[in-house]
Amino acid sequence: MANIVIDRIRKNFGAFQALKDVSLTVNDGEFVSLLGPSGCGKTTLLRIIAGLESESAGDIRIGDRSVAGLQPKDRGLAMVFQNYAVFPHMTVFENVAFGLRMQKADEARVSQQVQKAAALLHIEPYLDRYPNKLSGGQRQRVAVARALAVEPKVLLMDEPLSNLDALLRLEMRTELKTVLQSSGTTTIYVTHDQTEAMGLSDRIAVMHDGEIEQVGDPVDIYNHPATRFVGGFIGNPPMNFIHMPVTGGHVIVGSERFPVPPESGPEIILGLRGEAVALAQASEGFQMRVRVAEPMGSHLLLTGLIENQPVRVILPATEKVASGDVIGLKPDPARISWLAPDSGKAYLAAAA
Amino acid sequence: MYAFVDQFLSGLKNTLLVFALSCAFGTLLGLLIAVLRNSTRKSVSSCMRAYTGIIRGVPELLIILLTYFGGTALLSAITGGYIEINAFAAGVAALTVVFSGYAAEIFRGAINAVAPGQREAAAALGLSNAQIWFLIIIPQMIPIALPAFCNLCISLIKDTSLISVVGLTDVMRVAYIGAGSLRAPLPFYLAASAIYLALTSLSLLSFRLLERRYSLPAMKG
Repeated sequence: MANIVIDRIRKNFGAFQALKDVSLTVNDGEFVSLLGPSGCGKTTLLRIIAGLESESAGDIRIGDRSVAGLQPKDRGLAMVFQNYAVFPHMTVFENVAFGLRMQKADEARVSQQVQKAAALLHIEPYLDRYPNKLSGGQRQRVAVARALAVEPKVLLMDEPLSNLDALLRLEMRTELKTVLQSSGTTTIYVTHDQTEAMGLSDRIAVMHDGEIEQVGDPVDIYNHPATRFVGGFIGNPPMNFIHMPVTGGHVIVGSERFPVPPESGPEIILGLRGEAVALAQASEGFQMRVRVAEPMGSHLLLTGLIENQPVRVILPATEKVASGDVIGLKPDPARISWLAPDSGKAYLAAAA
Repeated sequence: MYAFVDQFLSGLKNTLLVFALSCAFGTLLGLLIAVLRNSTRKSVSSCMRAYTGIIRGVPELLIILLTYFGGTALLSAITGGYIEINAFAAGVAALTVVFSGYAAEIFRGAINAVAPGQREAAAALGLSNAQIWFLIIIPQMIPIALPAFCNLCISLIKDTSLISVVGLTDVMRVAYIGAGSLRAPLPFYLAASAIYLALTSLSLLSFRLLERRYSLPAMKG
């Protein structure tokens, strides 16, 4: 296997800068997701790593060698595409065997590798079929099997589950995780679906406007977003951002006082996850005017206003709250994020 | 009329030879033009677009005449004396050019109909550019191009009759000579029609089999 070093990669399309000095290190055997909205540059970065697109500046190293300027065939990687890109004029067996045959592997090894990949992805019954006879999920398995059969140093995946329905996506996600854990392949996975990224990744790189906003393990990114964008993009519902005045180094919420970072100005943004609150008396904590209460089965989702600012919070399904109620919410101090109102960046640590 | 059977057979041989050579060279040239037409270099793709535009915009008969008389003028200019170009060579060259102009557009459409992800998937699996073309794009392109290409071939069989104007003894020329010498145009032209009809019918049958043989699995029921 191999580690990947992405060093200050820049990509321009005319005057438009799609990637702005992006740097990232992916360790050997690690699964890293590039997560971000459409147009943030994640697919462009993946295509540059693959060699399907050239970089305007910067370097990429796979293992101990620079691959900048090398053809895709010389990079020792495999790729799975959003639209699967299985070859329609070949059977499933021929598709999975294709990369190996191009490497001039002997037929015994080809057969062995195909059977191994097919078993791993549960496609043995379909080896003699053509892709048009397969469902979307089966085609996706074929695409993954084809990529894994060549035992690549690096596996690149570009939104491979986005064309599948919700239930199949969940099933494939579990399967992918199992398969990739057992193969130990270094993987870079592009997605705009934060649930997918959270569930699959060892680490997530959140991208926005051609830059990496934050890199970290899923739990860390969820609990400690580095920017307002990250907090708002990750989590369902997204993190709530409440602009609050700072009084004597504290933010006063009902009867409670929360110390803020010393470098903060007269105003600060309090970032709060929807589930990081507990129901309290209306006089305690935040006062929330509930606009909509949605019983979701596993929890109760409330949409309303705190300090005249829109918020969404999650309470246990057993709580009795209705639209129009005014309730008190006590935030968990350990789970509050403090962000600068101008830059949207998180302060590193709150005051003691 | 029966005295002309041998001449009709000789003419048929020439017709088939012109067809086979024009079709083969025209296909190769058309494929090359189609590939170049998709070039990222604007000057190259513009030249190819102009080529197909001109060829499809000028009548076939004119292209044959221009090739024949233009070729003669060119050879004469090069050698300094009068050299008339061979009618067979002129016919094959002219029909190759005509065929390639139309074939290029058929192939270009078929190439563009192959999903772009196919090329990238192949590149990511370690294929060279040539391998991508021969192992991935062309096999998928053939079934897409085949129906229109077969129609073009049938048109080419009929277009071979135009070469008679530059003196090549093909089926049409034999019919023309026979009709004039025996002053009986109807039987000769009916005989020529029957020969062309037989050729196109045989071609249609062959192409049906080809289409069945080369249809993409994705297009089979």
